[in-house]
Amino acid sequence: MSGKPKLHYFNGRGRMETIRWLLAAAGVEFEESYLEKKEDLTKLQKDGSLLFQQVPMVEMDGMKLVQTRAIANYIATKYNLCGKDLKERALIDMYVEGMFDLNELLMTYVIQPADKKEQHFANMMDKATNRYFPVFEKVLKDHGKDFLVGNQLSRADVQLLELILMAEEFKPDILAQFPLLQRFKARISNIPTIKKFLQPGSQRKPPVREEDVAKVIKIFY
Amino acid sequence: MEEARWNRFVGCWLQLGSRWIPAVSAGAHGMVEIDGMKMVQTRAILSYIAAKYNLYGKDLKERALIDMYVGGTDDLMGFILMFPFLSVEDKEKQRAFIVQKATSRYFPVYEKVLKDHGQDFLVGSNFTWADVHLLEAILMVEEKKSDVLSGFPQLQAFKARISSIPTIKKFLEPGSQRKPVPDDKYVETVRRVLRMYYDVKAN
Repeated sequence: MSGKPKLHYFNGRGRMETIRWLLAAAGVEFEESYLEKKEDLTKLQKDGSLLFQQVPMVEMDGMKLVQTRAIANYIATKYNLCGKDLKERALIDMYVEGMFDLNELLMTYVIQPADKKEQHFANMMDKATNRYFPVFEKVLKDHGKDFLVGNQLSRADVQLLELILMAEEFKPDILAQFPLLQRFKARISNIPTIKKFLQPGSQRKPPVREEDVAKVIKIFY
Repeated sequence: MEEARWNRFVGCWLQLGSRWIPAVSAGAHGMVEIDGMKMVQTRAILSYIAAKYNLYGKDLKERALIDMYVGGTDDLMGFILMFPFLSVEDKEKQRAFIVQKATSRYFPVYEKVLKDHGQDFLVGSNFTWADVHLLEAILMVEEKKSDVLSGFPQLQAFKARISSIPTIKKFLEPGSQRKPVPDDKYVETVRRVLRMYYDVKAN
């Protein structure tokens, strides 16, 4: 046993990507075990490794953690990415839950049936530019600090950067009306651990391609 | 724990469950004013309350267990959240789906947790968020199938035990702030106010 966290998921972003970002931002090295065929999933289910028969699952500190939020909470708390007290944590949690909501919209675009794609796209772009990004732009404007909460790096900053980059993959100029978010993006991208994660060869996963969707569905359904 | 705070905590807690806030993740926000903050996002609110009132376990590992268990009951209750907005036909389909998931994926997990450690509560030796959340989930699934716990003796005992905690017992009595099963009026109000959930499909 190497002592490094071990991630069990398919070789793609999905619900594990946020976990990868948090570990990378915290400078924690991790291993990955990829599910490639349905049998890989059933094996994990049969040997009792998956509490609710689902992945993501992360083996760390003697636990087999499941449930994306539980895993993210554990990592963020352990590596001090949750603010300095309960009130900062509350702010971070509120921001992060909004980010999870938008992330869900972006993540599920690729699995929409052809006749629903256009509407889904319009809805997700609308939510990004009218509901979520304005909130974070205002947070940064109001306090004028470098980080979203408490003037130090937290999971909120990491997850917002993840979200911005994902949204830009769909619409490269999506930050056009958000000058502070543009500066935020540059600033957070420059943090050494994050900069490293953004370079080729890191464990960051590329966006899933249409061709791969069928393959993923076969493993999980 | 001081009873008044306990009562306020539990009341606030169960009120924030699916009855009061129509949807957890579709951007339809409930809001709670607490400690000088206007909090949104159900999970953020619940985490704050749990941590403040010491219902989040004694250390990081207990917290992780609580988060995992709550994640499961959250997923289960998620299948029930949309139920009132479905067509009559889809409701039957969804009812079967809910019961199947509850009895094959979720309830067995909590049954085993209780059986394996033999303690009164899911995590550690004290009452936590995980216990309230599981009780709420059990009650909600029972509204869809009243004998759904018949294969789960540990959960039956758990349900009786947690329901008899004085503040929870009080919350379960008529006249409390607990909300009833959503009816047509509820559906109509939510649709009118939020202007969504007109075309909801079963799982």
